Amino acid sequence: MKYKGRDVYMVSGGVTKFAKAIPGMDFRMRVKKAFDYALEDIHIGLNDIDGSVASYFSDHFQRQLMSGIMVQDYLGLTPKPSKRVEGGGATGGLAFQTGFEEVASGRMDSCVVYGFENMSHVNTWKGNEFIALASDTNFDYPVGGFYTGYYAMMARRHMHEFGTTVEQLAKVSIKNHKNALNNPYAQSPMNLTVEDVRKAPMVASPLTRLDVCAMSDGAAVAVLASEEKAFEMTDHPVLIKSIGTGTDTMRLADRPFGKVPLLPNEKESDYKQLQYPGIHSFRAGRSAAREAYKGAEITDPLEELDAIELHDAYTSSEIQTYEDLGLCKYGEGGHFIEEGKSSINGKIPVNFSGGLLACGHPVGATGIMQAVFMFWQLQGSIKKHFGNDKLQLGRHKRGLIHSHAGTGTYVTVSIMEAVK
Amino acid sequence: MTLNPNAKMEETQTGTEVYGFDPLVVKSHYEIDYIHSYAQDSLFFTSMAKRKLMGSKCKKCGYVYGTPRAHCMMCGAETEWYQLPNEGKVHSYTTCFFGSEEFLPETPFHLVMVEFEGVNSLFMARLIGADAEDIYIGMPIRAKFRRNLKISPTDVYFVPTEEAKSKGAKH
Repeated sequence: MKYKGRDVYMVSGGVTKFAKAIPGMDFRMRVKKAFDYALEDIHIGLNDIDGSVASYFSDHFQRQLMSGIMVQDYLGLTPKPSKRVEGGGATGGLAFQTGFEEVASGRMDSCVVYGFENMSHVNTWKGNEFIALASDTNFDYPVGGFYTGYYAMMARRHMHEFGTTVEQLAKVSIKNHKNALNNPYAQSPMNLTVEDVRKAPMVASPLTRLDVCAMSDGAAVAVLASEEKAFEMTDHPVLIKSIGTGTDTMRLADRPFGKVPLLPNEKESDYKQLQYPGIHSFRAGRSAAREAYKGAEITDPLEELDAIELHDAYTSSEIQTYEDLGLCKYGEGGHFIEEGKSSINGKIPVNFSGGLLACGHPVGATGIMQAVFMFWQLQGSIKKHFGNDKLQLGRHKRGLIHSHAGTGTYVTVSIMEAVK
Repeated sequence: MTLNPNAKMEETQTGTEVYGFDPLVVKSHYEIDYIHSYAQDSLFFTSMAKRKLMGSKCKKCGYVYGTPRAHCMMCGAETEWYQLPNEGKVHSYTTCFFGSEEFLPETPFHLVMVEFEGVNSLFMARLIGADAEDIYIGMPIRAKFRRNLKISPTDVYFVPTEEAKSKGAKH
């Protein structure tokens, strides 16, 4: 695949504080808050926006089809072009990349990507049911009907293949909840110990309540623009250097057992015995990384990236994703967290915001939330938006955002770069 | 012609539940019966009445699936039905203590990914007849079928084999 098109920049962003339930605001109002924040941050108005992409996962949560047009309408963006993009948990990442394509293609000079989910209209168990409808409803839903169960089996297999431990999983939870203590947008910042995580109620063994993200109400907005338009709008845009997208089979059962698609920093002899991806790894995450790294000419991700926001709906998926992204080899993810390499002061801070585990996961908003936090990080404006600079990294030149749908069916990776 | 300025909507005794007033939060009910077709996968479900678990095999490249799929994802060719062995091994497992509303009354339950000899991919199922701590990867298991079919993939479920029993818990 060859990427040809105009350079695309992110010029502004906004996020609402995610919470378990905010019944006083509907999804339109929530997006409006994030949208106005983004517009006011760089002093632009409705006339500066050429079109939009709507990002939301499930029509079931509100039993409202075409929620996208209701937001478009509420924001005052009609009659401009817009479309909805959906791909499970990766909806936000896919919508962000669709916004990128709108600008890269030359169709739009500026595009707003808005994401939202209102999950509080049903109780948690019904919510789990709706989410499980995003697994094959002929073969998987009736058997398990529970995504944490599917991920638990993937985590178990990862532990079997590579010796990953539940304590290593717990360390991801500790790190992300702790990072969130300095993020005012986060839903559940916490100081935790390994014991806290392991003694939390078991959801699907080996994953406890603190290995799993929560459901949320929330919205996030990213404004993208062409180079000319971006520098008209702001002195501090962030370049979206490249995008990558991968897919895999809907049913976990259908995943093949083949060879690892290698990154430039790996060789075939690294994985002589490994049958890939099976159910221990996310092949779509690897494919997405390969495409994005190629576009950004990244050959050694650990050395060439400064920050990562990745889709940690489960602690196990964060460890599995270190490997998919080539931060370490397959099998080394457990040690990677244990050695503190992904901590805020580590080799490469992962989920400095607190990730999905601590920020919450209002599905359609999540991938865009990651873009906004990364945008502020690369802009160096964390203090302005968070009210403190504890999560502003010393080196913040190039970042990666990663969005992921059910058991790794759709995965997106986008590379963002500070301009100055 | 009817033009009645005194027309009045009929009052009924049906209403809704109100959970809160500010903001106004009410109960909204939704229920539906689908006319659901299993289409090209139908034989998988009907075969379970004959105690047969059916996967598929590619006519062109020979790839064998532990699941029904009418076309091969490896080469795009048509597949044919392939009877899976009745015995397999646990490839991975979990015990669900929570779940979707529909399955909450069944918790805790075990899920397993099953691997079969000579089959290139897996099958997802429930496992019964074992305590959570006694399940392990590689454990030999056997397919059993419900006598009264529900026409659902849970018409097949797995139990530990006699071999697993004689070996005892854990490896």
